[in-house]
Amino acid sequence: MTPLGFTLIVLGISYAAGLLGSLVGVGGGIIVVPALTLLLGVSIQKAIAASIISVIATSSGAASAYVRERVANLRLAMFLEMATVAGALTGAYAATIVGGRWLFVIFGVVLTYTAWSMSRPKRTDAGPVPDDPWADRLRLHSSYFDRALGREVPYRVARSKLGLAVSYLAGAVSGLLGIGGGVLKVPVMNLAMGIPIKACTATSNFMIGVTAATSAAVYFMRGEVQPFVAAPVAIGVLLGAKCGARLMGRLPGHLIRAVFVAVLVVSAGQMLWKGLR
Amino acid sequence: MKGAGRDSPAELSRRVEVVISEILAWGVLASLALLGTGTLLSFLGSHDYGAGRGTSADLARLVRPGAAFPRSARWLVPAVAHGNGQAIIVAGLVLLIATPVVRVAVSVLAFALEGDRRYTIITTIVLLLLLLSLALGKGG
Repeated sequence: MTPLGFTLIVLGISYAAGLLGSLVGVGGGIIVVPALTLLLGVSIQKAIAASIISVIATSSGAASAYVRERVANLRLAMFLEMATVAGALTGAYAATIVGGRWLFVIFGVVLTYTAWSMSRPKRTDAGPVPDDPWADRLRLHSSYFDRALGREVPYRVARSKLGLAVSYLAGAVSGLLGIGGGVLKVPVMNLAMGIPIKACTATSNFMIGVTAATSAAVYFMRGEVQPFVAAPVAIGVLLGAKCGARLMGRLPGHLIRAVFVAVLVVSAGQMLWKGLR
Repeated sequence: MKGAGRDSPAELSRRVEVVISEILAWGVLASLALLGTGTLLSFLGSHDYGAGRGTSADLARLVRPGAAFPRSARWLVPAVAHGNGQAIIVAGLVLLIATPVVRVAVSVLAFALEGDRRYTIITTIVLLLLLLSLALGKGG
């Protein structure tokens, strides 16, 4: 393969990853890292470093639209960012200790968990949530305009302390694996914290930019971000995410979810196979 | 503080939201332009990417582990001015990493102006952690 061929293939894969990623509130890294390592033979460390850059791009690109359309809950995002950013620092440092094989295994486990948690049968978004004094004090409750329903959807936020803990974990996994971490946050924000799925994905996306910038800074300063790989990944994901942000809110949530789960299952099997073989 | 902070934030928050949205959009757009231009120049102008007639040996060199690049400002600024493709890509990467940092800094300012102590502290913590990551990454 020539450098040009490689660049074009990476561009195409990244475009697809960015599109799907932004629709479900993840950074696209969860698809980019398996694709770069499994399909193109890039080392997992380099794939992770390129991916975390693309994650900033996806998040910032899509979040800009979500913020303008008032789907993202900014206060909630900024509150939880304290935990995701601290986690990202932890993860980026853990990455120096963990070897390549284990990165494949951990990646596979995270993919598997995500597929399982997102394909579970779930209660409706509008279920009652317990009172949360923290959420009251921090004014985390909000509403968003749902384009599919054509009306404002109000919601109350619950279990903010659990959200903080899960956000730390999501940030650590993000820094370690070069993914957004939305896959860990979104199910908890949706099911435990009582936030409607569209507001979850938008808010998660918004937080991921800051989270990824934290670990990307560590990777960059260490010299692990390779411009040749990172540039086409970031460009592809950016363009895909822009397209996804435009489609979001017009597509049925369950269809997006089903496609997402299918991609996760395939990637999970391959990553585990590569790490445990 | 409780009563005063309750209704005024809505309007200011809306303006802040617009500013944040613009920062993200322009930061991403500008870095996209830099990454694209840099990649194009790397293929066209220099030998870095095999000048458009690259071989698989060029590819192996480009993706080999440990292929580090200079990242100091002392290298970056003149190299960008010279039209070095890889340097322009690196500038795009730096801008992309900086975009969320600027967004958080603006949030700190906005909450401080709003007189929302709680969220000024929250966003300041986020900003300090971000800056810490840059400082720590340099040492590691």
